[in-house]
Amino acid sequence: MSNVDIPATPRRSLWSKHKFLETNSIILVIGVLLVISIGGLVEIAPLFYLQNTIEKVEGMRPYTPLELAGRAIYVREGCYLCHSQMIRPLRDEVERYGHYSLAAESMYDKPFQWGSKRTGPDLARVGGKYSDDWQARHLADPRSLVPQSIMPGYPFLAKTELSYDDIATELKANRNGGVPYSDEMIARAMDDLRAQATPDHPGQSAFEKRYPKAQARDFDGNPNRISEADALIAYLQMLGSLVDFKLYDDKANIR
Amino acid sequence: MADPHNASNEIDHVTGTATTGHEWDGIRELNTPLPRWWLNIFYVTIIWSIGYWIAYPAWPLISSTTRGVLGYATRLAVEDDLAIQKAGRAVQSAELAGATLDQIKADQALLRIALAQGKSAFGDNCVGCHGIGGAGSKGFPNLNDDDWLWGGTLAAIQTTLQHGVRATTDNETRTSLMPAFGRDGILKRNEINAVANHVRILAGQPAEPKADLATGSRIFEQNCAVCHGPQGKGNQELGAPNLTDAITLYGNDLASLTETITNSRNGVMPAWGERLDATTIKALTVYVHSLGGGQ
Repeated sequence: MSNVDIPATPRRSLWSKHKFLETNSIILVIGVLLVISIGGLVEIAPLFYLQNTIEKVEGMRPYTPLELAGRAIYVREGCYLCHSQMIRPLRDEVERYGHYSLAAESMYDKPFQWGSKRTGPDLARVGGKYSDDWQARHLADPRSLVPQSIMPGYPFLAKTELSYDDIATELKANRNGGVPYSDEMIARAMDDLRAQATPDHPGQSAFEKRYPKAQARDFDGNPNRISEADALIAYLQMLGSLVDFKLYDDKANIR
Repeated sequence: MADPHNASNEIDHVTGTATTGHEWDGIRELNTPLPRWWLNIFYVTIIWSIGYWIAYPAWPLISSTTRGVLGYATRLAVEDDLAIQKAGRAVQSAELAGATLDQIKADQALLRIALAQGKSAFGDNCVGCHGIGGAGSKGFPNLNDDDWLWGGTLAAIQTTLQHGVRATTDNETRTSLMPAFGRDGILKRNEINAVANHVRILAGQPAEPKADLATGSRIFEQNCAVCHGPQGKGNQELGAPNLTDAITLYGNDLASLTETITNSRNGVMPAWGERLDATTIKALTVYVHSLGGGQ
């Protein structure tokens, strides 16, 4: 298509000014940033001030020090690359995994572990679905229990002593991010971690007062030491079990 | 139509198309217009998006968001989907819910429904530990044989499913704790070896030639017989396995037995009553009972 018959005096509208942007790269960059930030502000900023973003639920509590350490191992090993923690509100997912995930359930996740790909199953409600023994063996050698599994084995977790000298600072960092850890929780973090992973530990009742309904026991099958497997299994066994769905009102949180 | 891009009205001689008038080191850019059909579709999508804003939840406001005139919400939609699914299953579920386990077992039509539902629930929830065919593996019982830890009647299987075994979350769970005879210092190493050899004899396996069988038998009587019975026949009330058959959960070679007696095992099964509804538990009960060993 040729535009041979174009009048000699072109229109001088705003549309004809883009040469200015195209030939001044700094101005163009500023313009691009401006446009993107408008989109970002409209989509993201409301989530911080809208009252109905996070549901009102019973039972959510900050992670115990042991669970937090296990969560760090979950992130370190890249579990999120193959496992999601997000049950979408779709019939088939609710059938298989249980109640769809709530925003409130990841409000203490810094950052959240929703993931984006399911090579393995969703783990949002895996807590309590298997025994500790199963988890320990499955982590060490998945195919000994699920022959068709393609998950890699993590046998070193049970053999590696958990390093938790800095657990109190981890709690503090989470508090800075908005997780309501009390001064007491931070001060007792080291004891609480030991109390949760050691059977018959004297600090257990104080621990359970600070973290209601937390499960304290030996998780990896070796009560004599606290391994990385202890922490990871404690984290997995808690997943999705905190919110009390008997008290949760689905109707009040339709949006 | 005036073309604002072509300020200089230059025409490229090779293609006959107007240029944009921009010049970079003597190179000029053709001003080929976007195809009309493409542009029109683009305009339609803009108009469509305005309709979408009105129809569906879209814009954030001060304290909530626009709801959209259609009243759609994903959380409502999934509730509707689940309700439709429930209604579709209602007749069969009601039949299963209303019947006792024995009635289901006796009625061919009900049995077929229960087995189908049980099989799919088994696939979703049980195969992780018990395996696809229910054959189990070390530490996770085989459901195909007639050797039961906590009983193989319909009622016993239902209780196990409902409340689990040593499940920390269920107050009515089946529970018993075998002591860790070695770790807790109840028996010495040579005593454990003796009683392990005695258990080998009970199971019809050869003992070590130098085994102290007299000590083994005495220790068994003092420490083990209270749960496993004087002849080692087990006790399903306590989940104490029968030691005289060839079926074992953790192996009956000497090393496995030594490990079991030293540290104890005390396997755990979750309480499924918290996750599954009563009808599904019933269907699973009938399914597991039908696998081969139901009593």
